[in-house]
Amino acid sequence: MNAAAPTAGPLVPEARAGRDARADALFRGLVTTAGIFVLLALVGAALSMAWGGREAFARFGFGFFTSSTWDVGAGEFGALVPIFGTVVTATIALAIAVPVSFGIALFLTEVAPPWLRTPVASAIELLAGIPSIIYGMWGLFVLAPYLGEHVYPWVDEHLGKLPVVGAFFAGPPLGIGMLTAGLVLAVMVIPFIASVMREVFLTVPTRLKESAYALGSTTWEVVWDIVLPYTRSAVIGGIFLGLGRALGETMAVTFVIGNAYAVSASLLEPGTSIASAIANEFAEAVDPLHRSALLALGFVLFLLTFVVLVIARLMLRQLKRREGT
Amino acid sequence: MGDVAERLYLRRRITSVVALVMSAAAAMFGLFWLVWILWTTIRKGLPNLNAALFTQMTPPPNEPGGIANALFGSLVISLLAILIGTPIGVAAGTYLAEYARNRKLGEAIRFVNDILLSAPSIVLGLFVYTLVVLPTGHFSAAAGAIALAFVALPVIVRTTDEMLRLVPAAMREAALSLGIPQWKVTVQVLYRAALPGIVTGVLLALARISGETAPLLFTAYSNQFWSTDLTQPMANVPMVVFQYAMSPYDSWNAMAWAGALVVMVFVLLLGLVARALLLRRKMSHE
Amino acid sequence: MLNSIKLRIAALALGATLAANAQATDVTGAGASFIFPVMTKWSADYAKASGNKVNYQSIGSGGGIAQIKAGTVDFGSSDAPLPPDELAAAGLAQFPSAIGGVVPVVTLAGVAPGQLRLTGPVLADIFLGKLTKWNDPAIAALNPELKLPEQRITVVHRSDGSGTTFNFVNYLAKVSPEWKQKPGEGTTVVWPTGIGGKGNEGVAAYVKQIKGGIGYVELSYALQNKMSYVSMQNAAGKWVQPNDESFAAAAASADWKSAQDFHLVMTNAPGDASWPIAATNFILVYKQPKDAARGKAVTDFFTWVYANGREQATALHYVPLPEALVAQIEAYWAANIK
Repeated sequence: MNAAAPTAGPLVPEARAGRDARADALFRGLVTTAGIFVLLALVGAALSMAWGGREAFARFGFGFFTSSTWDVGAGEFGALVPIFGTVVTATIALAIAVPVSFGIALFLTEVAPPWLRTPVASAIELLAGIPSIIYGMWGLFVLAPYLGEHVYPWVDEHLGKLPVVGAFFAGPPLGIGMLTAGLVLAVMVIPFIASVMREVFLTVPTRLKESAYALGSTTWEVVWDIVLPYTRSAVIGGIFLGLGRALGETMAVTFVIGNAYAVSASLLEPGTSIASAIANEFAEAVDPLHRSALLALGFVLFLLTFVVLVIARLMLRQLKRREGT
Repeated sequence: MGDVAERLYLRRRITSVVALVMSAAAAMFGLFWLVWILWTTIRKGLPNLNAALFTQMTPPPNEPGGIANALFGSLVISLLAILIGTPIGVAAGTYLAEYARNRKLGEAIRFVNDILLSAPSIVLGLFVYTLVVLPTGHFSAAAGAIALAFVALPVIVRTTDEMLRLVPAAMREAALSLGIPQWKVTVQVLYRAALPGIVTGVLLALARISGETAPLLFTAYSNQFWSTDLTQPMANVPMVVFQYAMSPYDSWNAMAWAGALVVMVFVLLLGLVARALLLRRKMSHE
Repeated sequence: MLNSIKLRIAALALGATLAANAQATDVTGAGASFIFPVMTKWSADYAKASGNKVNYQSIGSGGGIAQIKAGTVDFGSSDAPLPPDELAAAGLAQFPSAIGGVVPVVTLAGVAPGQLRLTGPVLADIFLGKLTKWNDPAIAALNPELKLPEQRITVVHRSDGSGTTFNFVNYLAKVSPEWKQKPGEGTTVVWPTGIGGKGNEGVAAYVKQIKGGIGYVELSYALQNKMSYVSMQNAAGKWVQPNDESFAAAAASADWKSAQDFHLVMTNAPGDASWPIAATNFILVYKQPKDAARGKAVTDFFTWVYANGREQATALHYVPLPEALVAQIEAYWAANIK
């Protein structure tokens, strides 16, 4: 003990070693606890939803996922319509965001003059920093009226008459609905997908690209035949990362999706999503079963995003492995 | 023969040029939205930006006032969240980078942390409601800070983890070979080396939580008055913006846009500062 | 460096905690968004007059009920009254705070506020999706002097559960047997047609954007957004415009005396001048509050509101409670709240 006192002259080696070992063990214990805390946070969040939703799961069983009835008055709850809306809006978002993000990443890694790359990349990433409530206000007060007045009438008139795909685009030009929600989501996820794509494109070894150029490949051929195959899994991972975002986005979607419990082929028609159903109804849910059904919905959303994000991370990891070798 | 090759080459060149032009168009498309949203917020927010906004309390409808109490509340709640999230986040990041390399538990935690990073924030709000608000019996700024700490945590864990792993192994080995215990190496050598990176992570986390509305709805709640009591509801900018934007009164709508502008500028500035720090660091490494 | 930053932050947070004290009778309320604007006005003025602060936040009626039951607030507020047995089970008392009204609004070219006339059954048929065009004979017959276009009717309703919806569908159920049977009543119902906007503002924004749109909002939203509100035929068969007088007439005609715990929905009120979709906001408190001082602070606040808050309410298009009702409420407090 004496030796351990900080003022005690030259330290006896064993005592110092012992003290260091204790301090090391303490530190290790501390950081391990913090690490496990992260693990518990996710488990806790998941369990609190599952526990809150147990009543709805018990009452409706598997029917909760297949029923399209959501009747608060009668106490009948089925998650099909919100799940449908969530999947459709996220799909629209990806259909727009993936090609655009790919273009942006291509522009930032191969096309733009070097002095332009950093400012443009930063600007695109700023999109990700804008709080989602601002997206919502902009979507409701600015974007939706503009689309309803200037864009959707044209869409309805021209695309709505096409065979097969026409059904998707025929409908009243209200300005709000699943297509608008998908568009807002696309704008929100573009920076995520684009920045992952840009990062992984940069990991392609220069000598690979240089060899292709030396053989006379055009820039596009280098990207399509060398860069994309090399980064394929990480690119897919980035897309799934964006998908995870799109599935869980709440505020912005709630403002523009139209919030109707209906399954419609037309993308111009209103729909609802899981997150917007929770945001809309949780505050007003008095009936315990209603509350439980909303928490059960939250759990479904949790599972959905969990699966998507797991896929995203596995895909991204493959790239890291290869980088390591 | 040469002619065919020539034509083929031309076609390949054209394909390439078209693709590259499209990519430039895509970048323009992305910037277009950014400009539109920024422009909307500035156009509607800037005319209502005045000194009163920062000095006066949230008023009743159609009366002059500001959002000083909400700005203060947001500052307190966010800083407290960072204060809670940073030690835990840095510690967990240290565990991942220094103690759990190539270990199953470490892998699992890193994985879960990445998922937490993208988890819907409304879920975390509901979680803290059951965890803190129900047992204590009332809404509180502290509960809001805890909810936001959960949002900030994974950002800090991840940057700490990444930044520590960027520190050259030689540094670690040199220090350890001198017989310095590992914890001292971590705290005095590695943290010092990774400090700009860790600070960046904290700034990014702050930027992330500054605009969050959903987790505060059922935790910090809001307050019409100036409150400094952490155990009571406290005003915050995102909640006030949400409530005022949804009201029928022009004076409140105007203040909502001004508040949105303040939050946006704050978040974007933080993002820029963080990015600049990160850039400088990357350059010094190369 | 990080340490010194942390220290400074810690000092700041600590200072913030220490600075907090001496606010013994501050109370917190939560609930209906309907009374949020007038509540902020009342509590700002009350703070000036008495030094006591009342913090009210709009989280929705359902949230208000849930929070008072969970005991996380000192009073809750709801646009739908709770039935006496539910109140008794939870140990709660209930009383009205202010009166307002729900107003149908439309966007139709050439139709000014108050010009379009609708009866309850026709309004119900529109919201049932049975009438789909504005020039439908049923609507045209009520509006011989208007040239109604052959335009699709787009119904806009609330997407979030709300007291506004509760009062609106309660009225439709009273005037339309078909509505009563199918969509029924509640803070949210299964809408046969239309799109949902979040909050009054969401509905107002949608109706304004959609030509041929019809929705329902509180009067202040209709006036502030300069929307075309509808003139309605009331239970007495008279045409009335939505305004403070017709809301007050509805409040005066309601039979509060025989309503236990003020459990009364004012829609389809009798009386020649009554607006048919008038709405009351209700306050919920514990009969035996855990903290008696805070319980008393709540009733003190409402005593002040009833006596001194009338002008502020009128200015924001709410109707203050009739004198007789206030007397009845104060007697109810004396009898019920310990």
